[in-house]
Amino acid sequence: MELNEIIRPENKVYAKPRLMNSNHMHYCPGCSHGVVHKLVAEVLEEMGQEETAIGITPVGCAVFAYNYIDIDWIEAAHGRAPAIASAVKRLQPDKLVFTYQGDGDLAAIGTAETIHAANRGENIAIIFINNAIYGMTGGQMAPTTLLGQKTATTPYGRRVDLNGYPLSIAPILAGLDGTCYVTRQSVHTPAAVRKAKAAIRKAFENSLAGRGCSLVEVVSTCNSGWKLSPAEANRWMIENMFPKYPLGDLKNV
Amino acid sequence: MSEEVKLLKGNEAIALAAIRYGCDGYFGYPITPQSEVLETLMEQQPWDTTGMVVLQAESEVAAINMVYAGAACGKVVFTSSSSPGVSLMQEGISYIAAAELPALIVNVQRGGPGLGTIQPSQADYFQATKGGGHGDYHLIVLAPSSVQEMVDFVGLAWDLAFKYRTPAMILADGVIGQMMEKVTLPPQRRRRTMEELIKQCPWAVTGKKGRDKNICTSLELESDKMEIINNRLQSTYRDIARHEKRYEAYNVEGADYLIVAFGSIARICRKSIDIARERGLRIGLIRPITLWPFPSEAVAQAARGTKGVLTVEINAGQMIEDVRQAINDRAMPIEHYGRLGGMVPDPEEVLDALNRLLINPTK
Repeated sequence: MELNEIIRPENKVYAKPRLMNSNHMHYCPGCSHGVVHKLVAEVLEEMGQEETAIGITPVGCAVFAYNYIDIDWIEAAHGRAPAIASAVKRLQPDKLVFTYQGDGDLAAIGTAETIHAANRGENIAIIFINNAIYGMTGGQMAPTTLLGQKTATTPYGRRVDLNGYPLSIAPILAGLDGTCYVTRQSVHTPAAVRKAKAAIRKAFENSLAGRGCSLVEVVSTCNSGWKLSPAEANRWMIENMFPKYPLGDLKNV
Repeated sequence: MSEEVKLLKGNEAIALAAIRYGCDGYFGYPITPQSEVLETLMEQQPWDTTGMVVLQAESEVAAINMVYAGAACGKVVFTSSSSPGVSLMQEGISYIAAAELPALIVNVQRGGPGLGTIQPSQADYFQATKGGGHGDYHLIVLAPSSVQEMVDFVGLAWDLAFKYRTPAMILADGVIGQMMEKVTLPPQRRRRTMEELIKQCPWAVTGKKGRDKNICTSLELESDKMEIINNRLQSTYRDIARHEKRYEAYNVEGADYLIVAFGSIARICRKSIDIARERGLRIGLIRPITLWPFPSEAVAQAARGTKGVLTVEINAGQMIEDVRQAINDRAMPIEHYGRLGGMVPDPEEVLDALNRLLINPTK
C-alpha cells in the first residue's frame, strides 16, 4: 500500500485539538505541561465550551498558556489565580472557569488564595502541576520538593532542619467542605493520560454545574530542573514522587 | 429607587452610591476606619435587588486581585481599605494599571507608618499620587472633602476609569469616612446587560463568542513591544493630565496669603479663612480635588501676587512638593503645617501656623 493511500480523511484517527494553535511552545522536551495543555484543549472542545471557557494562567512555566490555547484568558499575579477565578465565576456564573497553576504558584505564594477559594466552595476547577520544583526561575526548591531532592536552592538535597517538610496540598483541600472533587493524576503513560483527561473533564463539568471547587493535581516531571532525560525523569517520578504523592481520587462527591 | 436625602457616614455613603451607580461587584477585607463599606453592602444585600456581587475576601491581596479579575471582565468593580491594607494592594493596583483596566479603589486613610493608628491621616499622598506599586504608572486620585463628595466621586471615578481604561482612587481619610452628613443619593441606575458590556468593553474577558480570544495580561517579554505598551500608558496619562484636573478655589481674588489643602483639612482651612476675614486678613484657598493630575496651573495662578503659601496636611509634608513644583519660584515663601499621629488641627491653630511661618516668621 502506498503512503498516499493511507493519508486520507476517513483513515484519520487522531488530530491536534482545534483550540491548540501552531505557536511554538516554550516548554522543554519531556515536560508534562504540553500534554496537560493538549488535554485541556481537547476536553473544552469535546464539551463544546470554547465560547464559555475562561482560564486563569499563573506565574511560572505555564505563564504563557494563553499563547497556545485559543480561549479567553486572564494572566494572574503570582499565586492569585484562585482569587481571580473566584471573582470571574461570581460575576459570570454561566462560564466554565479554571486556573492552571504550578507548585510554587499554588502551594507557596498562593496557599491562602487556594485554601480560601476551595473552602468557599467557589465553582472553579484548579489544575495543579506538581513537579516538585520551580521551573521558570531555574530549578529552585518548591514547597513540594522531596526530602533529599537536589535543587538550585537545596544543592545538597532538601533537609528538614533547613527547609521543612514537603507540602501535600491535595489532602488539605480534600478535607475542606467546599471541594467536591479532589484527585491526583499523572501523564507519564497513555493510560495515565486517558485518566487525567477524564479527571479534567469531570472538574470542568463541576465548574459549569456549580457543584463546588475541584482540584486536579497532575504529578509531573521537570526533566530540565531535575537534570534527567525525559525517560529517566519518568522513572524518578514513579520511584520517588508517587510514594509521597500517590495517584487516585481523594474525594469525589 | 429615586433620588433620596439621607444622613450618612462617609463609608456608608460610598457603599450606597456604588449600588446606585449600577456596580457589578465589591471585594474587600475589614480594616478600621472603613469597615462600614463592607458592612453596609452586606446589610443592603444588593445581590437580591440589582444583582451586585459582594464578597469578603481572605485578605486585601486577594481582594485587589478579585477587583483585577472583575475589571478584566469589563465589570464595574471596586474595593475599599485603609492605609495598611492599601499597601498590601499595591502589587494588584500596578497590575490593573498595566493591563489598562478600569477599577475603583477607596482608601480611607489612617496614620502610619506600620500599623500606626486608626485615627485620620493624609500620609498616603505620596503612595497614591506617585505610583505606589512598581513600574511607571499613575492613578486618577480624587480627594473628597465631604460626605456628599464621597457619593459624587464614586460615579466620577468610574466614569473616568472607563473613559481612560485606568484605575482611579478615592483618597479619603478617617474624618470623612466616619463623619455623618446630610447627602443626596442619586437615583438607582440599572446595571449594564452583558450585551451593553461587550459593546462598551470589546476587550473584556467574557468567553470568545463570535470573536477571537481576549487575553488580559500585563506581561510582555520583548522589550521593543513592552516599550510600545509603556508609551501608550504614558500617552493616556498625558491625556488625563490635559483634561481632568479639578480643584475648588475659595476667596483667592486679592488674597495676601494662599492656603493649599485637600480633603477634610481643606474644610478646616475654610473656617480659618472666614475667621481671618473678620479680622481683616485676606487668605485664599485652593483645594485640589484631583491630587493626580495635580492642578498645578491653578495653584501657581492663585499664588501669584500673594506674600506666601501654606500647605496644611495631616502628614509630614507631602503635597507641598507638588505645590513647590507648581509655583516654581524660589523667592515665594512656601511653608508646610501638619499634624501627625492622628491629630487634626483646628481653625485657630492653622491661623497661628500661618502667622508663625509666613506673616511674622521667627528668624
